[in-house]
Amino acid sequence: MKRRTLLASAAMGLMLASGAFAQGMDKVKACFVYVGPIGDGGWTYQHHQGALAVQEKFGDKVEIQYQENVPEGADAERVLTQMALGGCNIIFTTSFGYMDATNAVAAKFPDVKFEHATGFKREHPNVSTYNARFYEGRAVEGLIAGRMTKSNKIGYIGSFPIPEVIMGINSYYLAAKKVNPDVQLSVVWAFTWFDPAKEADSAKALIDQGVDVIASHTDSTAPLAEAAKTGGKVIGFGQASDMAVPEYMPTPRVTSIIDNWAPYYVERVGALLDGTYEQKDTWAGIGGGEVQIGEITEAIPAEVKAEAEALRDAIGAGTLHPFTGPINKQDGSPWLAEGATAPDGDLLGMGFYVEGITGDIPQ
Amino acid sequence: MDFGGINPVILIATLMASAVPILLAALGETVVERSGVLNLGVEGMMIIGALGGFVVAVQTGSPVLGFIGGAVAGAALSLIFAALTQVFLANQVATGLALTLFGLGVSSLGGQGYNGIKPPATGQLLPDALADLPVVGPILFGHDWVVYFSIAMTAVLWWVLKATRVGLVIRAVGESHEAAHALGYKVNRIRLMCIAFGGAMAGIGGAYVSLARVPQWVDGITSGAGWIALAIVVFASWRPWRVLLGAWLFGGITVLQLNLQVAGSGIPVEYLSMAPYLITILVLVVMSAGRRGKANGAPAALGQNFHASR
Repeated sequence: MKRRTLLASAAMGLMLASGAFAQGMDKVKACFVYVGPIGDGGWTYQHHQGALAVQEKFGDKVEIQYQENVPEGADAERVLTQMALGGCNIIFTTSFGYMDATNAVAAKFPDVKFEHATGFKREHPNVSTYNARFYEGRAVEGLIAGRMTKSNKIGYIGSFPIPEVIMGINSYYLAAKKVNPDVQLSVVWAFTWFDPAKEADSAKALIDQGVDVIASHTDSTAPLAEAAKTGGKVIGFGQASDMAVPEYMPTPRVTSIIDNWAPYYVERVGALLDGTYEQKDTWAGIGGGEVQIGEITEAIPAEVKAEAEALRDAIGAGTLHPFTGPINKQDGSPWLAEGATAPDGDLLGMGFYVEGITGDIPQ
Repeated sequence: MDFGGINPVILIATLMASAVPILLAALGETVVERSGVLNLGVEGMMIIGALGGFVVAVQTGSPVLGFIGGAVAGAALSLIFAALTQVFLANQVATGLALTLFGLGVSSLGGQGYNGIKPPATGQLLPDALADLPVVGPILFGHDWVVYFSIAMTAVLWWVLKATRVGLVIRAVGESHEAAHALGYKVNRIRLMCIAFGGAMAGIGGAYVSLARVPQWVDGITSGAGWIALAIVVFASWRPWRVLLGAWLFGGITVLQLNLQVAGSGIPVEYLSMAPYLITILVLVVMSAGRRGKANGAPAALGQNFHASR
């Protein structure tokens, strides 16, 4: 009898809780976990801009909390647990490496909503994932790289060998190769998201080997600073953030990929407030406004600029997919047939280079 | 002159420059530890130096003043450590760790508004005619003045520690503070000066990151260089020339592995990234096996606070 009452009241409590949830909330505490400092000028900076946009939109109805420089791995789990215990209603974990920690903590706090950026695991009903199709922007960069390189050597500073980065490399290379069949790509793995000195060293290693267009997948502006030392011989791109500071314009920063998280964050926190929140997986790109291409400077000739903008618009309108066959894998085996476009599943699990790229992906 | 697509001349020239921050910081820490103080706040002092140097250089337009600013900032932060450990006799390990956290936080706060600014360039010291000589040009003559300064400081510290009265006093304080005290030396005052010197060196090292190597300011710019500097001091068994060797080894392997990747060599990145740490462990094992009992040459009073009443 006693146990039955207990179960009944527990069930009642659950129903009440979920009922209250469906009706929305008066105040939401939104928490953000960052892999770098908010002043990195790139990845984390953009996420924080999104957080600030949430605060501005909802004012008193939202409380923002964030933690910077959270290492990926066991530490992340501790930070997430603290946040969940500290009354956060929704927690955004903004780096790929938080994937397992996010799911592990989500299991313990079913009432807290977790949003993991760039991951693919949604093991619990309270975990959603969101990502942006950065590879669409990479194609625009690749086109510019293929047109602008004089040495026919272009470079890419990779962070970690994960599908997100590999698809960026492939997209960049394919677009460059399309306009310049002689182009060669060198990839440097820095094995860090944020280490300005190492990023600068990576850029320098590329420049020393004759590379004159550098794209980077790390978070700071250091590769641009290194390119700036060459006095215009080497160009690069703003990464994650516009990086449109006067010192790097018109060159070496000739354009940029901007991650625009604000609309998504506002939408999700808003949904939690009005009770329409549901688990989902979001992957929008140029068309959805999550990926923006920064201003193309006058260092790029007008016809190349027009070509790049046309590519951007075609991708945005959905008439062109950066991965359109025929494309072979690095080992020569076919991947996409003539005219076929890459299925999302292939992209999200991408672990191979396309044909023409030399070198191996580290394990 | 290429080996596997890598030009060794450019490689050596690059590693000399990229090792400067850890070399300077490690040299400073060597003096601090030889005087018997373990300051784990190197990372914090470096990043404060990086910010201080950057701000001064941007405000005055002079990179040299910037480096002086970095030294002053690093020394100022280290004086907090000195006050806590030498006057209030706080635990050195805890205080050092706190100093790093404090330095990272303060630099993040103070650096607001300095993102995306380019500092005045620290140029090559010697004329192009020398730097353009084949082989020796890039290695010997193509650097900015800080690279030469770092090598000169190695020589100076080696000489001071080995052959001068000042060096003898520092070593005496570090080996046995009671004996030094009995001889009439002001143990805590000497240590305080060593700590300030270490802070200044770490500050210059940090300033080199933000003024020459990266040249810009971003939060967390030193990203762990201070910890590597601490490891190098142990690796070098507290001797300046070995510090130079260790710093170049660490700097060299980092640069080498990036270059090998660009050149498309088949050597897996992971092995190269591991190499400096493996070598450090190896060196420590070899050294402690060689001189049994004396271990690895650590100053006997390292990490112990001193108070005259004891």
